[in-house]
Order: sequence, then structure tokens, then C-alpha cells
Amino acid sequence: MSDEEPARDTGPGTPRRPPGALEAEVMDVLRAAGAPLSPGQVRERLAARQLEELSYSTVVTIVSRLHAKGLLERERTGRAFAYRPVDDASLAASQMRQALQAGTDHGAVLSRFVSGLSGRDARLLRQLLGEDEDQPG
Amino acid sequence: MSALVYLPLLVPVLAAAAARPLAARLEPRLATWLLTATTVALAAFSTAALALMTASALARSPLLAALGDYSQPVLRRGDPVPALAGMAAALLLTAAAVAVAVVIRARARALAESYRRAASMAPGGRVVVVPGHSIEAYALPGSPGRIVVSGRLLDVLNDRGRAALLAHEHAHLAGRHHLFTSVAHLAAAANPLLLPVARAVDYTVERWADERAAAITGDRRLVASTIGQVALLTAPRPARPRATLAITGARGLSVSLAWAGPVPRRVAALLAPPPRRQLTLLAIVAILILTAGASAVEAARDLHALLEFAQTAG
Repeated sequence: MSDEEPARDTGPGTPRRPPGALEAEVMDVLRAAGAPLSPGQVRERLAARQLEELSYSTVVTIVSRLHAKGLLERERTGRAFAYRPVDDASLAASQMRQALQAGTDHGAVLSRFVSGLSGRDARLLRQLLGEDEDQPG
Repeated sequence: MSALVYLPLLVPVLAAAAARPLAARLEPRLATWLLTATTVALAAFSTAALALMTASALARSPLLAALGDYSQPVLRRGDPVPALAGMAAALLLTAAAVAVAVVIRARARALAESYRRAASMAPGGRVVVVPGHSIEAYALPGSPGRIVVSGRLLDVLNDRGRAALLAHEHAHLAGRHHLFTSVAHLAAAANPLLLPVARAVDYTVERWADERAAAITGDRRLVASTIGQVALLTAPRPARPRATLAITGARGLSVSLAWAGPVPRRVAALLAPPPRRQLTLLAIVAILILTAGASAVEAARDLHALLEFAQTAG
């Protein structure tokens, strides 16, 4: 993904910003874009805002970190990933499930379509469905 | 008080052993009602038995015996429950009260949170599609209740699979299945021996929704394959399929299903013929509950008679 050497310095004359602020800028750029962006596109737009002159690898680092935090989704476009913000509803959906499932037996009021599968269960399931599909008709 | 007082404490062990086979064999709607009622009845009877044992121990304490004008020698002779057992019963009773309070609080909070979130979603549709790449589908109790599905899951399924999924989740909301599971787990908090029965209720409400979805779509196999498809999407991929597993026949399968989690059992149940009502099984469960109830009542009457006798003697 990153072809260039890391040049972490943000360039002469630009005051250093705390990493959290950079993340917020990147999130803002991606939200404004309305479509998935590659790290290169993010970098261009940040530059266009005349906010930062960041290296490509710095942008990759930031979006990767945001992705790891679950704030960005990514999809592969050609050789690179394109990123877009996870919308609030989607965040809410998984957080909500986790919140309402806390303590499993004690708090579960929501009914999931399928509960988690163990490796054993997954093998068993493949056998069951495999057998089913093998049958004629 | 006769030794019958111990019986309501033991019947839950039998119920726990019977819960999973019953859940597998009975028609799911009937099984849900029956098992939920079983947890409530047995929890009530075993709590009553503990209360009786506590009361008989208290009656023998010198202070209370003097207050109630009971003859202590008569009480000691007439009561087979040792003082130690009475004290243990008092402790268990306290623990049960605390556990029930904790579970009531947790469930009430979760339910309130669920209603709040369901109400905060856009008005109109029952189905809330959330964008994103996660595989999520669940029913959220509320007024109105919501079905939350991720866009990715809808993309993966075809029209018929979506219909099966939504019919299943809708059945949960329409049948208020969360009430059954909440009541069962509340009862299991009062008597933890009943926990396997409460877990069986968790399973039978899933089966209930599966059978509803099968009835609505008219295709049991479709529901089975949709459950399997969605479950395998979230499952860890096998590192390397093992050759020995690929040739396991139906016989090997039925053996391993006994220890399987809920998803393979649900799929297997849908691939099998529809369940029928089984009167013999129903009768066995009814006898179990009646035995526990009758012993609790009998023990209570014994204690009452003994106390009265002790009072006239004292």
C-alpha cells in the first residue's frame, strides 16, 4: 500500500498537531467526501484544505488506526483500500447488540438470528447442509 | 414436617435433565409454554420448601418458641429437618432473593434500553437496515419492536432468504419471545438447578420463530439453509478441511448433534419432518410438576399441624 518512504515530518512551517486532531481531520474529509476514498485521495483533500501536507504513509497510518478502531470501513479498490466512515447507525447496531447482550443469560432481551458458532458447530453445519444439497431435488 | 419437604428441591434436577430432550422433541410453541411454566412452578415450589424449612428452624429457636408458646420437645421430635438444614435453607433463601433481584434489575434495564433504542429509530418501518459490513440481524423488543438487519447481510441473501430471515425475526417480536426467556431466567435465578431449563427456553423460542418462518415461506429447507448460510458467514473459516470429516454419514452426525450448539440443532430440526405434539412427554412433565407442588403443599400442612400440636402441648 505505501510506496513512499515514511516522512513523518509535516513539513516546514507547519505546527505539529496532536494525533487526535489529525484523526479528526481525516474523519472530516471522509465524511465530506460521501464516497470511499483511497489514502492518496485523502492526502490530496487534506492538502487542498491547506491544513496539512502529510506524507502518504502518515495518511495510511491514520486511516489504518481509524479502521482498527472500527470508525472506518474499507473495501479493496484495485491495489489499495478505499475508506469510508462507518455511519452512526451501523456503529449503533453493533454497540447496541453488545450492550443488550451483556452478561448473556442476565441481560439478553434481543433475539439474534444466529448465535455464534464454535468450530465444531461450523463443521457440523457444513455437513448438514452439504448432505442436504447432495440429495436430489 | 415430613421429609417430603426435600422433594421440591430435587425435582428441578430431573427437570434440568429432561429439558434438552423435551426441547428437541416437542412442538416449539408448546415446548416454550411448557418449559417456561415448569421453571416458574418448580422455582416457586422449591422456594416454598426453603421457606418452610427456614420457618421450622425458626420455630425451634428458644425465643420464638416462647413467643408462640410452642413445646420445643414436641417440635424436635416431630420435625425431621435438622437445625443445620434449616440454617442452610435460610442461607439459600437469602441467596435466591438476592439473585432474583439482580436478574430482575438486569433484565428490566436491558428491556428499558431496548425500548428506548427502538423508539429512537426512524418512525415507520419495522425493519431498520443499518449500513455497514457487519453481519447483524436481531429483533429489538419495543413499541413498536424493530428488526435490525445490516445492509451487508441483505446483500448476501437472495429474496427468499431475506423473507425467511425477516419472518423469523418478526415471529420473535409478534410472539413476545423475550418475555418467555426473561421469566425462565428469573425462575432459574431463584433456583440455579433450573438453569438448563431456562436455556432450553432460549432454544425453543428460536425453534418457534424458525417454524413460523417455515410456515410463512412454506419452505422448511429454505429456512434451514438461510440459517446455515448466515451462521457460516460469521463463523471462523476452517484452516484446512479434514478428509475424515468429509465422509461422516448421517449416523455419525446424529451422535455429534447431541453435544452441538443451537444452530446445527435448529438446522437439523428443520431438515427433519415437522415436530408433532407428544402427549406422553406432556404427561411426564405434568406429573413432575404436580409431584413437586403436592409435596410442597403436604410439607406446609405438616408444619402447620405440627406447630398447632406443639402449641397445645406447650
